[in-house]
Amino acid sequence: MNSYPIRGGVHPDERKFTSEITIRRVPTPKRLYIPLKQHIGAPAKPSRVPGEIILKGALLARAQGSVSASIHSPCSGYVEDIIDWAAPHPSGLPTKTMVVVNDGKEIHEDASVPVNPLFLRPEVIAERVGQSGIVGLGGATFPSAVKLTLGQGRLTPILIINGCECEPYLTCDDRLMQERTLDVVDGIRILAQALNGSETIIAIEKNKPEAIQLMREATKKIGNIKVMPVPTRYPMGSEKQLIEHITGRQVPSGKLSADIGVMLHNIATAYAVNRAVREGKPLITRIITVAGEAVEQPGNYEVPIGMLISDLLDFCGLKEQPARLIMGGPMMGQAIPHANIPLTKGCNGILALSAAELSQRSEHPCIRCASCVDACPMGLSPLSMASLLKRDKLDEAVDIGLKDCILCGACSFSCPSGIPLVHYFNYGKGEIVSRAQQQRKDDEIKQLIQERQVRMVRLEQEREEAMAKRKAEIAARKAAQAQQEHSTKAEAA
Amino acid sequence: MIIPPSSPHIAGPNNVQTIMLWVLLALSPGTMLGIYQFGWPALFLFLITLASAVFFEGICLKIAGKPVFPYCMDFSALLTGWLLAMTLPPWAPWWIGVLGSFCAIVIGKQIFGGIGQNLFNPAMLARTILLVSFPLEMTTWIAPRPFGTPQSVDAETGWNITLNGIPNLDGVSSASVLGHVRTELGMGVQLPDILATMYNPLASALGTVSGSLGETSALLFLLGGTFLIVKKIITWHIPVAMLGTVAVLASVFHFIDPLHYGGPLFHLLNGGLMLGAFFIATDPVTSPVSSLGKFIFGAGCGLLLFIIRNWGGYPEGMAFAVLLMNAATPLIDHYIKPRIYGYPDSAIRRFFQKMKRG
Repeated sequence: MNSYPIRGGVHPDERKFTSEITIRRVPTPKRLYIPLKQHIGAPAKPSRVPGEIILKGALLARAQGSVSASIHSPCSGYVEDIIDWAAPHPSGLPTKTMVVVNDGKEIHEDASVPVNPLFLRPEVIAERVGQSGIVGLGGATFPSAVKLTLGQGRLTPILIINGCECEPYLTCDDRLMQERTLDVVDGIRILAQALNGSETIIAIEKNKPEAIQLMREATKKIGNIKVMPVPTRYPMGSEKQLIEHITGRQVPSGKLSADIGVMLHNIATAYAVNRAVREGKPLITRIITVAGEAVEQPGNYEVPIGMLISDLLDFCGLKEQPARLIMGGPMMGQAIPHANIPLTKGCNGILALSAAELSQRSEHPCIRCASCVDACPMGLSPLSMASLLKRDKLDEAVDIGLKDCILCGACSFSCPSGIPLVHYFNYGKGEIVSRAQQQRKDDEIKQLIQERQVRMVRLEQEREEAMAKRKAEIAARKAAQAQQEHSTKAEAA
Repeated sequence: MIIPPSSPHIAGPNNVQTIMLWVLLALSPGTMLGIYQFGWPALFLFLITLASAVFFEGICLKIAGKPVFPYCMDFSALLTGWLLAMTLPPWAPWWIGVLGSFCAIVIGKQIFGGIGQNLFNPAMLARTILLVSFPLEMTTWIAPRPFGTPQSVDAETGWNITLNGIPNLDGVSSASVLGHVRTELGMGVQLPDILATMYNPLASALGTVSGSLGETSALLFLLGGTFLIVKKIITWHIPVAMLGTVAVLASVFHFIDPLHYGGPLFHLLNGGLMLGAFFIATDPVTSPVSSLGKFIFGAGCGLLLFIIRNWGGYPEGMAFAVLLMNAATPLIDHYIKPRIYGYPDSAIRRFFQKMKRG
């Protein structure tokens, strides 16, 4: 199969020490903290009230708006409360969260199971995926049903299944492909079916030879699915880079991959689709890697959504107080301020890193060595963008491509001066959003003021008209009265 | 509240200190050969230049209120001093080294705001200032007299030379190949006749010729530079473009008029071209950031070097060529940028779009 080179990239130390450890199921804790927003788009709307008894797999909150995802209960029990709880975000700021108490009985909700999902119409598959609350499990958390519908609306001849897992430490997709090969492949077939039978390419980095071998064997007899080993290079698993590597085409800036006829889904998403469409089970658990030198039993764990990271770390054990807790991989994952934060659908790893594993370097002046320019997979000039952002020249930074930055971290990783480039870009992107919001607000206020002025003018006019009318009426009445008086006088006379 | 640090949480192997150390390591073989060739005075001048460079760096950092020790430990001042020492006549008096370091560190680097801020290559700026201010001291070359040979001077004599200058100048001075060629050509002698008496390609490659420390062994600097490319400390663009441009131009002119223009090998092996192409023009601070920009920069350096060597007022144009291209670097960086993913148009077209928007 043809492949095309991608620009830039780096080779971080792989540290995939957990790739040999089989997936273990973690018992559901007594309480689950399930945020109502675990996806891109609008938060789900609670469909349960505190005190309500629920079964495992029951709908807890329904998707609302065009981009959103439903949320289901990973256990049977009851809804204790809907509270504000620390969100899986570096700020740790609170977000609406449903607290579910586990009764330990594991009573399932009845599931309707189709005879053969491969005979279902694409729209029906997308609908079932939507009902199961599946989002992109590689970390992007874009609602999968929305994505499928988007692909059905136009010609999508190529489906790429992303099994690159290019982040160091993480091995959950690797284990998933090795241990649940047939389920994954079935999920991939269902996804292909949902896109009217697209040509399907499963991309796996060459550092996972067992997974490549097993997936190859499992897909040997399926005509439109191919396994493609791709070079081990970060960020190969990034959507835009993988599409370019496989198809040679670039997603135009500001467009979606569907616009060039390509759709990308993650391995874990394919597995979730298999469970949802084949068995009627919503997305209530996921597989994550727990690793880092501070962890006593690193490995891959199947965890219920909403489990607190502290509960998970109790289960896996800690050898020492971790120097940093990270949700996701070490390149793009987010540092979290404490462990009282629930696991969400998009979380593919929890890293408890020791100080020795971290790069804790002080920032030095830029020496313009251009390591970041060479490393950037998007062809940007990180050093120039950072220096503009430092001087608060946001517009100029946008001009040279800030919006195209994918925050992969290859620049910061390769910077010899230890400049936190991604930090600046995160700030810049946040500024863009908040300025746009401010702009929208200003525009709204302006419009309201204009409308008010128009209204005031109209009211004034109406009042004047009414007054004129009344004057005229009074005058007419007076005239009539005068006439009447005149006539009565005349009669009397 | 503690704000958790931003991703990524791991970093690559290089930092400024290791980069500088690799460069120093790559410079070492050529330097050691040079010092061996010119004996004690060369060693003294070398050490004085390095020490004063670090000294001035420390003073400036102190005045600027920056942490002195950590910044000095990035070895950038040491490298600047080292590169400057490579371009000085090896038997020059001590104050040439000290003054040169002052020009390089204070005027060339710290006045701009320290590491990463300077527009011009500090070592080349200092060399140029010295060359136009002290033409005699800066063009007094001596023939090699390696340690252990009868011509070599002992440590005491060497120290006196560094301290008080060369006593019997006429007895030891010897023109560099490029300087000699320039003088003789000016007197109407034809090139083949000049070269027949003094030029030996092997000697120039190995470095057993007169010149500054950095103008001797083309071969060792070529090896050191290749090592840096292999270690990915520098990229190939600047050296290849620079050496390639000089080689092509030299071939063309040598083919047209062999009586006045030296061939490609002559130009590549003599003077400071190898040192310049691998160690000086590649200074990241003063060269462009994009690959194409680097290539253009290197080609420009090569072109200017060739022009100055053949038609300029000086026999060697390394420093001038690099400084002129340093001045062009912001312009190159402005126009030559990598193409951003997902954009069909080139950098130039984006520039015009920007102009249109105002």
